[in-house]
Amino acid sequence: MTTLPGKTEKKLGLVIDLDTCVGCHACVISCKGWNTENYGAPLSDQDPYGGDPSGTFLNRVHSYEVQPLATSDKPHPAAQLIHFPKSCLHCEDAPCVTVCPTGASYKRVEDGIVLVNESDCIGCGLCAWSCPYGARELDQAEGVMKKCTLCVDRIYNENLPEVDRVPSCVRTCPAGARHFGDFADPESNVSKLTAERGGMDLMPEQGTKPVNKYLPPRPKDEMDQIDVLAPFLAPVAEEPAGFVGWLDKMLEKI
Amino acid sequence: MNIQQPKIDTSPKVSDEIRKTTCYMCACRCGINVHMKDGKVAYIEGNRDHPVNKGVLCAKGSAGIMQVNAPSRLKAPMKRVGPRGSGEFEEISWDEALDMAVGLLKPIREKDPKKLAFFTGRDQSQSFTGFWAQNFGTPNFAAHGGFCSVNMAAGGIYTMGGAFWEFGQPDWDRTKLFMLFGVAEDHDSNPIKIGIGKVKGRGGKIIGVNPIRSGYNAVADEWVGITPGTDGLFILAMVHELFRAGKLDLEYLSRFTNAPVLIDAETGLLMRDDAGKELVIDRRTGKLVAFDQKGILPDLAANHEGNRTVFQLMAEKYLDPQYAPDAVAERCGISADRIRKITSELARVAFDEAFELDQSWTDFRGDTHDKMVGRPVSFHSMRGVSAHSNGFQTCRALHLLQIILGTVEVPGGFRFKPPYPKPVSAHPKPHGKVTCNAALDGPHLGFVHGPDDLMLNGDGSPIRLDKAFTWENPMSSHGLMHMVISNAHAGDPYKIDTLFMYMANMSWNSSMNSGGVMEMLTEKDENGDYVIPNIIYSDAYSSEMVAYADLILPDTTYLERHDCISLLDRPICEAEAAADAIRWPVIEPDRDVRGFQTTLVHLANRLGMPGFVNEDGSAKYEDYADYIVNHERKPGIGPLAGFRGKGGDKVGRGEVNPDQLDKYIENGGFYVEHIPEGADFYKPWNSAYQDWAVGMGIYDKPEPYLFSLYSEPMRKFQRAAEGHGDRQPPEHLRERVKATMDPLPIWYAPFEDSHVDTDEFTVHALTQRPMAMYHSWGTQNAWLRQIHGRNPLYIPTKIWEANGFEDGDWAKVSSAHGSITVPVAHMAALNESTVWTWNAIGKRKGAWALENDAPEATKGFLLNHLIHELLPPKGDGLRWANSDPITGQAAWFDLRVKIEKSAAPAECDPAFPPIKSPVGQGPKELTWKVGK
Repeated sequence: MTTLPGKTEKKLGLVIDLDTCVGCHACVISCKGWNTENYGAPLSDQDPYGGDPSGTFLNRVHSYEVQPLATSDKPHPAAQLIHFPKSCLHCEDAPCVTVCPTGASYKRVEDGIVLVNESDCIGCGLCAWSCPYGARELDQAEGVMKKCTLCVDRIYNENLPEVDRVPSCVRTCPAGARHFGDFADPESNVSKLTAERGGMDLMPEQGTKPVNKYLPPRPKDEMDQIDVLAPFLAPVAEEPAGFVGWLDKMLEKI
Repeated sequence: MNIQQPKIDTSPKVSDEIRKTTCYMCACRCGINVHMKDGKVAYIEGNRDHPVNKGVLCAKGSAGIMQVNAPSRLKAPMKRVGPRGSGEFEEISWDEALDMAVGLLKPIREKDPKKLAFFTGRDQSQSFTGFWAQNFGTPNFAAHGGFCSVNMAAGGIYTMGGAFWEFGQPDWDRTKLFMLFGVAEDHDSNPIKIGIGKVKGRGGKIIGVNPIRSGYNAVADEWVGITPGTDGLFILAMVHELFRAGKLDLEYLSRFTNAPVLIDAETGLLMRDDAGKELVIDRRTGKLVAFDQKGILPDLAANHEGNRTVFQLMAEKYLDPQYAPDAVAERCGISADRIRKITSELARVAFDEAFELDQSWTDFRGDTHDKMVGRPVSFHSMRGVSAHSNGFQTCRALHLLQIILGTVEVPGGFRFKPPYPKPVSAHPKPHGKVTCNAALDGPHLGFVHGPDDLMLNGDGSPIRLDKAFTWENPMSSHGLMHMVISNAHAGDPYKIDTLFMYMANMSWNSSMNSGGVMEMLTEKDENGDYVIPNIIYSDAYSSEMVAYADLILPDTTYLERHDCISLLDRPICEAEAAADAIRWPVIEPDRDVRGFQTTLVHLANRLGMPGFVNEDGSAKYEDYADYIVNHERKPGIGPLAGFRGKGGDKVGRGEVNPDQLDKYIENGGFYVEHIPEGADFYKPWNSAYQDWAVGMGIYDKPEPYLFSLYSEPMRKFQRAAEGHGDRQPPEHLRERVKATMDPLPIWYAPFEDSHVDTDEFTVHALTQRPMAMYHSWGTQNAWLRQIHGRNPLYIPTKIWEANGFEDGDWAKVSSAHGSITVPVAHMAALNESTVWTWNAIGKRKGAWALENDAPEATKGFLLNHLIHELLPPKGDGLRWANSDPITGQAAWFDLRVKIEKSAAPAECDPAFPPIKSPVGQGPKELTWKVGK
């Protein structure tokens, strides 16, 4: 068993906007690229050109179809598709840390990032088993556990321009659906977004206190309701002759 | 265990060097930073300074590293040693390859240049490849626009002097309501995602019109799951409602469109003065005047001696109850109330949320306006509406909608990107006069103004192999690549000698009727010779098409080559700036391959082609980079607009600068020139913009024009069909030309509906490219194929339940042309009569260096087998193309099918035998880390 810090100085994490995520997978591949070349062992791929390709990814996007229930206003609501990016949520009560038999999994005191010290990892897989989110992947080539590092080798990296000191998934997201910041600071961009948009914990009942938050999709298909929100356009004339009369009047005003 | 937290290096060195070039993982052409370690590509990210992507990068772009190391890369020139289609090749030297090619091309050039058909696929150098073909002298050149989205491009240019994507974009910073038609996940990639993020970030609304709710439609606030092929009907119902309610920007229509122009009641042509200028009645004086006179207010309501205005014809046409929401609702699959609500919302935002920019500007009439009126509604559309046989008219209808709302080229609306706006009259017309051993008389592709510009011989036969610019499809501005192999095989209109193609996977996903195309490419005549005698092909990868060529000229990957993304071609400008860019070899090839454009230069030099050799026969250009820098299309105007002039300080026009490429590299691989403030809206009519564009070399003189709500070129074709003029359509096409060439936007049912039994084939079938693979060669990419390695046929709830489908089931899908047996999956967020799948996931065994059991080759499939390039025979002995009758655009999305549950086969049907991989197979494991 490994101990979690009582409190971290910062609570770094991501806000992921499910209203805006178009499911393009840019974050997935940017993450794969950065983390193959940087922190720890490369993210390997097995059978990459064969019948059953599989590789290590620290971030994946799942798509879920949702069928809203019929209501009296909307008797036939259209189904919706929600794109759901998922990576380590850097939980405050991270079960993957406390379950680690070697101390390889740990939560950093200074910023709350959950990391794996690969030289101490024995690849037992307990942490992946304990993570309710399925956010850890055992690299098949290296035999060590891989997970989102929140790009710990980018966010403080003095070799990068300041503007680029964000996780690679955030830097690359074309729709701007991913935000990085310190949840310990109520004035941070991520704290404010979470407050304004009703940011949610993923599976709060698990008691993991995830740091990352998800912004829920806004209500959809409001023009498909039976009650009239906006009035229909009123006709200027029912007959072509009436239209000509209207036109003449309108042209006088130009 | 309470352990000491490990110390980690949070500031590791990122790379030795960053090389900035342009992505080519799709057609979006973003700027990329290629991080190098030990001379190898370590990491690719977006370039923050770049006008297209502003730092972001999609999945394809980041996966470029797996494209550069792909095992499917061709290694050396090859000649075929087995039968066509077998994949048996022998590597040869470049000298031998070029000798072979010259041996085929030289006699053609000397005796009958049209016997060469040179067609390029996802070519980003069309102004160069076209220049090559023109100087070779064949009339048979085009790129892939005809099977992609010519309806969108031509519909926009003929209506308003530009279209979506490369031609223009929404005013993302100001628009409040964005309506997207027929774009799920593709064109154009990152800018739309950035834009959607901006609109949503401001609390704006997005309406997505698409039978399939994925990608952009998944995040749309309103999803309109329209029935395929009915977009035009839906749009015209909204136009009907706007006319009925008088929600029209009358002042905009009066000043900037041909709505007030008088139509000669007898001919249906626009009335013009002696100088050819359109005539209007000035409402202030009541006088008949040219449209461009200072101080006039053209009268929309005028009636001059029985000749009415375009606007009056529009009112009459669109007020007709046939376009009422109740009349179209069922066919569109959208309730009448919802059509009314959406229209009402468009009108509300356009007119009630109108705003003003405090910026004066002077129009082409010399009249000064002290404000710019913003209408924050914008539209975007691509293939979904254009890949139908009614696509051209539908695209025109969409432009009609945005123009009557007054939202084009105004703040908050749709904005052109230089070199657009550009009226039809400023484009070349098509050329096709062939002379042996000499250049063609002008550029191949262009914009016809009427029957006189068609590419017909004296006897009415087509000049071009693809029958572009004939009565079958008079306004086919991009050619018809999808008809080239079919026509060459049929010898209709004539046989050819050599088919020369680049980046076009015609024996697989880039053809309709892929199996038929394989047969056409391999069929032999009674002498045992191939019906299409010679095939030369260039590709960077071991695609399915490689196996069908006799000679392979291997191309480089995009990080190993020079390219220019030119204003002469398909540029990357923004609404507020002109921009162009280069690619340069950030790594050198480790194989015996050459950039295709350089190979074309070498061939041209050996053939002694004009434009490429001097009078003494010496080469003008050593390679493509040399051409990019030193070629001048007109004096002072070359492929790149930036850093011209001896000192590199001239823009647009300026003499050749030998250091130009170095300047681009120093500048991050691109060049941007901003449009001056006050010149950046109302561009077609804004004198300040027009003057700036002339200075940039975009126009030779100011080219202000009126938007063509009424298309006079179309009326000329229609009038010919009515029996006027020397050049009239053949009898079998007369009625079709009359009906489809309506000069005002109309809707008619997709042609397939009248050629197949719609009671039997009740289901519409579509394809989409996923965002992570759109326009890319992604299915071989080790990272991307883990995201999209399978493509079930997605089936809506109603059909799913009616057939009793369950997870893991298979279905036989049949069209009038053929059938396939494929895996199915349920999708509820789908139009109830539409099925779809991801396009081009399916692969042929042996291609792309994938193993034979790759899911792409066993469970992946193409819908292409169900779509024929011809309509079913009508018994008249004629070959009727499955294309838009106006532009010839391939009507991929007209497809109708029926679905039946099937026993699960081991693999998809049809299954084709494996082709021998000319490059072997990839590694069993990847641990790709280039740094230490």
